[in-house]
Amino acid sequence: MKIDVRGLSRTFVAAGRETPALLGVDLEVAEHEFVCLLGPSGCGKSTLLNIVAGFLRPSTGEVRVGGRPVTGPGADRGVVFQEYVLFPWLTVAGNVEFGLQLKGTPAAERRAVVARYLELVGLAAHAEKFPVQLSGGMKQRVAIARALANNPEIILMDEPFGALDAQTREVLQDELGRIQRVEHKTVLFVTHSIREAVYLADRTVVMTSAPGRIKQIFTIKLPEIRDRFAPEFTHYESEITRVVKEEVAKVHE
Amino acid sequence: MVALLGVLGAWAVVSYGNRALGVMAPALLPTPGEVLAVFADTMRDGSLPRHVGTSLARVAVGFGLAAVAALGLGLFAALCVPVRLMLEPIIEFVRPIPPLAFLPLFLVWFGLGEASKVAFIGYTTFFPMFIAIAAAVMRVDTTLLRAAASLGADRVDLIRRVIVPAALPGIIVALRLGFALALFVIVGAEFMGADAGLGNLIMEGRTFFVPAQIVMGALLLGLLGSLVNVLLLATERRLFRWREAGAAS
Repeated sequence: MKIDVRGLSRTFVAAGRETPALLGVDLEVAEHEFVCLLGPSGCGKSTLLNIVAGFLRPSTGEVRVGGRPVTGPGADRGVVFQEYVLFPWLTVAGNVEFGLQLKGTPAAERRAVVARYLELVGLAAHAEKFPVQLSGGMKQRVAIARALANNPEIILMDEPFGALDAQTREVLQDELGRIQRVEHKTVLFVTHSIREAVYLADRTVVMTSAPGRIKQIFTIKLPEIRDRFAPEFTHYESEITRVVKEEVAKVHE
Repeated sequence: MVALLGVLGAWAVVSYGNRALGVMAPALLPTPGEVLAVFADTMRDGSLPRHVGTSLARVAVGFGLAAVAALGLGLFAALCVPVRLMLEPIIEFVRPIPPLAFLPLFLVWFGLGEASKVAFIGYTTFFPMFIAIAAAVMRVDTTLLRAAASLGADRVDLIRRVIVPAALPGIIVALRLGFALALFVIVGAEFMGADAGLGNLIMEGRTFFVPAQIVMGALLLGLLGSLVNVLLLATERRLFRWREAGAAS
């Protein structure tokens, strides 16, 4: 399923003042494509993701997913949040099977799916733990397993590794890359880390500072399994850094 | 527990000491022995179980009805903004009026029978429970709702599988407060006009000048209150293993 964003604008009203957050964004994400949204903070990249998820309505324009306009959240678009947002009263397994229970999947099948995805994220031994017992990295693994177990065609990730320390971050980037090679989802991934974008994305969209528009799109032509220290990798990194810096500078003017 | 025994000991020392020294009329300060004797007497003639049973039945029905109403309306008001805006001023106006001020009205309306006590307990406990439950529901993190909705939850799923479990700790606290309040006001209601119940038993102690009976009634109320509290706390701990699991690991 592809994502089709057409003429999207969104204005927020606070204290009687209108602040445009997004202005005329057009973006197409192809089926099985991994697209990163990159830009200075406040550039509206999370707003864009929230509109695609159906949490926010656009002021003008529309989002189509698989040809159908988005009117609200739905099981076809799994979401992974920065703050994990696990259900604290459910065990790890209970969180992962949440969507399957809603669908009425039989228990035996649910167990098999939960086992498969906990295995995939390396948490098979922690199925019966509660979220409070897990570290941040483990919680985000559960959140990823929960989104995948529901088998959506699209995964939307809002700075999913933003709250993690640098080491855990890279480990999870590796895991996500490996998972994507198995699952082939259509992914829209918000980040402010250029390295992360170059490491994961097929294409990286750099947005302007507020109001957010698309400034430039980079197609990352690197092998599937990427080396963070390869010269081509660093080349993309410095190229994108240059473009992002122009926008960050504008924020501080 | 030790502190409790200490208080009992002090009571014994003071009351028996008073008896020996005659500081004040012995009848005014009942000893533990006298209270126990009254307890044994009233147990034997079956009047105590009847009083306790009557009070508990009133509390159970009044509190039960109020709890069901507070749950339903609390959820409704928390989830539906127009309802909340409509109810808020009414509740804020009624809430500061001490419920006891309305007790005579309840007696006038519902008579001296069961209905007036049950209705009064229901009225008194409803408002604090309603407010606490609505607040607990409104505190539910909206990102939890977003997460559930993007896993395919519809409105009913959201209420049943997210809002209720997420608000449950707050709901249980509201019910515990409501129950404590019910025990609190049943005594007042039974003072005003009742033929049975612990409040009636205490009032009888006053009428027939048996201070030991008053003390026994008060102690029993305390005992009942803490017993129910312990039970509720134990259920709470079982229900909310997920909150304490972190500390245990």
